[in-house]
Amino acid sequence: MDLLVGQLFTGLSTGSILLLAALGLSLTFGQMGVINMAHGEFIMAGCYTAYVVQQIAGDAGVSLLIALPLGFAVGGAMGLVLEALLIRHLYHRPLDTLLVTFGVGLILQQVARDVFGAPAVNVSVPPALRGGVDLLGVTVPKTRLFIMGLAIVAVTAVALVLRFTPAGRRIRAVVGNRDLAETAGISSRAVDAGTFFIGSGLAGVAGVALTLIGSTSPTTGQSYLVDAFLVVVAGGLGRIKGAVVAAVALGATQAVFETYSTASLAKVGVFIVIVVFLQLRPQGLFTLRTRSLA
Amino acid sequence: MLTLRNLTCGYGRTPVVHDVNLDVGTDQVVAVMGHNGAGKTTLLRAVVGLLPAMTGTIELDGRDLTRTPTHRRIAHGMAYVPQGQQCFAHLTAGENLRLVADGRKHGKTLIDEQLDRFPALRPLQNRQAGLLSGGQRQQLAIARALITEPRLLILDEPTEGIQPNVVAEIEAAIVDLARSGLSVLLVEQHLGFALQAAAQYAVLRSGRVASHGATGAGARERVREAMAI
Ligand SMILES: Nc1ncnc2c1ncn2[C@@H]1O[C@H](COP(=O)(O)OP(=O)(O)OP(=O)(O)O)[C@@H](O)[C@H]1O
Ligand SMILES: [Mg+2]
Repeated sequence: MDLLVGQLFTGLSTGSILLLAALGLSLTFGQMGVINMAHGEFIMAGCYTAYVVQQIAGDAGVSLLIALPLGFAVGGAMGLVLEALLIRHLYHRPLDTLLVTFGVGLILQQVARDVFGAPAVNVSVPPALRGGVDLLGVTVPKTRLFIMGLAIVAVTAVALVLRFTPAGRRIRAVVGNRDLAETAGISSRAVDAGTFFIGSGLAGVAGVALTLIGSTSPTTGQSYLVDAFLVVVAGGLGRIKGAVVAAVALGATQAVFETYSTASLAKVGVFIVIVVFLQLRPQGLFTLRTRSLA
Repeated sequence: MLTLRNLTCGYGRTPVVHDVNLDVGTDQVVAVMGHNGAGKTTLLRAVVGLLPAMTGTIELDGRDLTRTPTHRRIAHGMAYVPQGQQCFAHLTAGENLRLVADGRKHGKTLIDEQLDRFPALRPLQNRQAGLLSGGQRQQLAIARALITEPRLLILDEPTEGIQPNVVAEIEAAIVDLARSGLSVLLVEQHLGFALQAAAQYAVLRSGRVASHGATGAGARERVREAMAI
């Protein structure tokens, strides 16, 4: 029983980390179809934002509260610049986009190395989030609970914005039919920029959260990139619901594999599961249902 | 109102529509006719800016819009109902309308006016637009265009592939709009309705204006002749 609850929890926790890392990508890649290889570096920028804020503010609790919105702003601003300078000119050229953003990612890693040094840095966890709580007989670290909560809040916020706000309607309209959106009076360029801002900002938030459970180095973001892409693809492009289910499923699969083998073998196991799954269901977990293709 | 001068446009580097001159006067309905593949849709796409003009100019009320992006042309008073009952399939019918009304003064009233015009849409507000019938989607598309409060409405075969009783409704709506002072640029294959609704006509053949003029006496014969190959 304890083992089961423990694993379930580990799965949920790993899943929510994956989800945070993948949520922004589900907008930029899932909705807009942009393969942004620098997404991981936006996560990394969020990590260093948390680090810098703590150097200045001192108090771990206060700096976390500052770093979360600031991380969003930093990630979002980097995304806006990348979109305006490069990606905008490469829409419909996925291979070029992939190569260019991969290069940008490497440059950003080097910049981080120059500014913060190659060795990993640590951000201290606020006292309120230290230690654990007993849940159903299992001791659960509070940082993990916090990250789960944050993932739930972030996913809910994105879903509500997409579903119920004018900005969300415009994003869905441009994604659905760019030309038709223009004829509805919508500036598709402005929507692209806005979507990219939000998606990249979410990467920044993920980065801030990740400092609670691990140290930060220039390559921190990179390690999450593949997982994040997997979550988005497995969930079905553009489906937030799919991303949630896929992230939790991946987290659980990884947790189970890890119990019986090593972490890297677990990765291999997850990979095989996804490859098989996508063979059976290439469109992902969830797809859009419509009568016309327009 | 709308003035096209020597407009040439096409896909990639290949021109499809050549050297078109066309005027739509204030309160006027102008019908563009022509066989499948004559370039009617291509012409309209260039007018709203979804295709760049290779040469020539597009003016609306004396303002040169030749290089203006589509959404700005809409803001200047154009509205476009594309061929094929297009809608935002993944949005509900209501969202399709709200999308355009967002940020407009009296947006709710504008939507209500169109729902009064097309009462069939009222009970379908929460239905995903992609699941509506062709006729319903076309009414939705026209309603969406009208919410932008255009001065010039551009329609591409609005009754193509729609069952007869809905065709009558849509045609009545177009005639009604023209009476209320809207200028209309109408691509229409049905000679009868085109000549009845429009004051002026133009026939496209292989991307060129083969015949144009008033729709009065003798027009039917001139159009037939221009369409014959
Ligand atoms: N996206 C495109 N790329 C290349 N050529 C195109 C494209 N769309 C249309 N064409 C070509 O341009 C020509 C004119 O097409 P267009 O759609 O304007 O005709 P149309 O008069 O609207 O015909 P219909 O009555 O069938 O709607 C055709 O020869 C067509 O093959
Ligand atoms: Mg056509």
